[in-house]
Amino acid sequence: MSSPERDIEELEEAASSEYERQRVPAKALKGPSAFWGMYAGEHTAGTEFMIGPLFVKWGADAFSLIVGLLIGNLLAVLTWRYLTATIACEQRLTLYYKMEKIAGRGLVTLYNLANGLLFCFLAGSMITVSATAVGPFFPPGTIEMPTFQSTMPTGPAWILSCIAIGVAMTLVALKGYGVVAQVGHYAAPWMFLVFVACALVTLGRLGTADVWALLTPPAGTPKTISFLGIVFFSWFCNAAMHIGMADLSVLRFAKRPSAGWASASGMFLGHYVAWICAALLLIYWVRQHGVDPQVGKDPGTMVNDAVGWAGLICVIIAGWTTANPTIYRAGLAFQGMIPGISRTGATLLAGGLCIAAGIFPAFAMNLLDFVGIYGTILAPIGGIIVVDHFLADAVGIPRDPAERSGSAFNMVVLVAWLVPVAVAMWLYKTQGVFASYLPLPSAIACGLLYIVLSKMTARDAIAVRA
Amino acid sequence: MKAAATSVGLLALAGTIVPPAVFMLQSISGGPGSTPALSLDVVKAVMLFSTIAWFAAAPFWMKVE
Repeated sequence: MSSPERDIEELEEAASSEYERQRVPAKALKGPSAFWGMYAGEHTAGTEFMIGPLFVKWGADAFSLIVGLLIGNLLAVLTWRYLTATIACEQRLTLYYKMEKIAGRGLVTLYNLANGLLFCFLAGSMITVSATAVGPFFPPGTIEMPTFQSTMPTGPAWILSCIAIGVAMTLVALKGYGVVAQVGHYAAPWMFLVFVACALVTLGRLGTADVWALLTPPAGTPKTISFLGIVFFSWFCNAAMHIGMADLSVLRFAKRPSAGWASASGMFLGHYVAWICAALLLIYWVRQHGVDPQVGKDPGTMVNDAVGWAGLICVIIAGWTTANPTIYRAGLAFQGMIPGISRTGATLLAGGLCIAAGIFPAFAMNLLDFVGIYGTILAPIGGIIVVDHFLADAVGIPRDPAERSGSAFNMVVLVAWLVPVAVAMWLYKTQGVFASYLPLPSAIACGLLYIVLSKMTARDAIAVRA
Repeated sequence: MKAAATSVGLLALAGTIVPPAVFMLQSISGGPGSTPALSLDVVKAVMLFSTIAWFAAAPFWMKVE
């Protein structure tokens, strides 16, 4: 059996530039264990320390959290397995190269800009969470911590903390997918146990093991998220990765589509157990210290109070193992956007933007809305890829139309993408529709519009030729 | 070497989760206002030591296929 170092080198080689514009060859395919570790590490993340308490702020009830999260995460795993992994293993192309074949290089540039920027904002929120773990290492008051209501940097010490964390994350992301997978693989079991440890200590301090009663908000608590909201949030908080097909770039290395089941490690450990454990941390501070759930408490302080330095290391590493693949993906997006830019240059650009976003707590503190918007903007492109892969022949439209016609800018894709996104953003901004409800209808509408417009333009082209 | 690293790794994982579990059980069984025999400071110290042990042992034990 080969050494871990050699396996990592092979993974890194597989992810290097030679396969970014071609099918991944059989010799570069990898077994499922790297994916189980990667998903577990990526989704047991620093932001889980933020999302659990945000559910408390939004007044989520026990049934919604325990049953709603179970259903939503199951739906997410099924989406990864039967859509993303299936397409990834049959195409074996990055999302960006597949998009180029459908939409043309010009439109992929526009998509990559949106994709890369949103990835940066997401990684930025991970930097924010990790930076809250720096504060407890210094005397109280040295670094003013942000609350749920913070939008701007809280001071120079906060900014320096974010820069230090962000630079470290970017330097690791420069090492590529292999090191990212390695760190996630090693840290995942320990990180998960630290989340559980936080919950156990909290239950001990609250003197009860009745999690259901603790998760039940006190009477009169304003409820701003419903059962269905929790289901859709947990299903689509990673909409860009599964239904939006961003994970084609990772799962194209899988030997079989069954590697898509690996997402279960991230969903049920990170987006189920870890979210509930993190929610309990804030519930303790609300009950014992009288903290207003609408203001909240920063993750670093809560975790340090519960389990000490091991928890602080967990907050930093949990943010790190998730930000790394996100910065890596953002780097890929920028590399696809800027011809000739090196992997190093693209990753540094992505890292710089992530640090800038991380300094502003607004992204992390509005994470429940942000991930919905992020999915709404990016998931519709997945709808087009699903149509191209599964339905194109059946409905009589060409596969990879831009590649066939030599087009650099497929207007059909642009219209099919932007119209549903514009309608969805209008619904979010003016009608107050919860952002996580929007990725699925946007993706379906985008796919349908793509079929209709493709057939219309094909008919027009035939009429012109006649 | 691998066997030793595996043992250290498993002990480290146990050291991460067992002390908080014992703390919880002692706190709940003791009733409101009781002080558990295993103090939270000891729990925190064991968890930190276990964290260091985990990251020292994991690269020799866990494989990426």
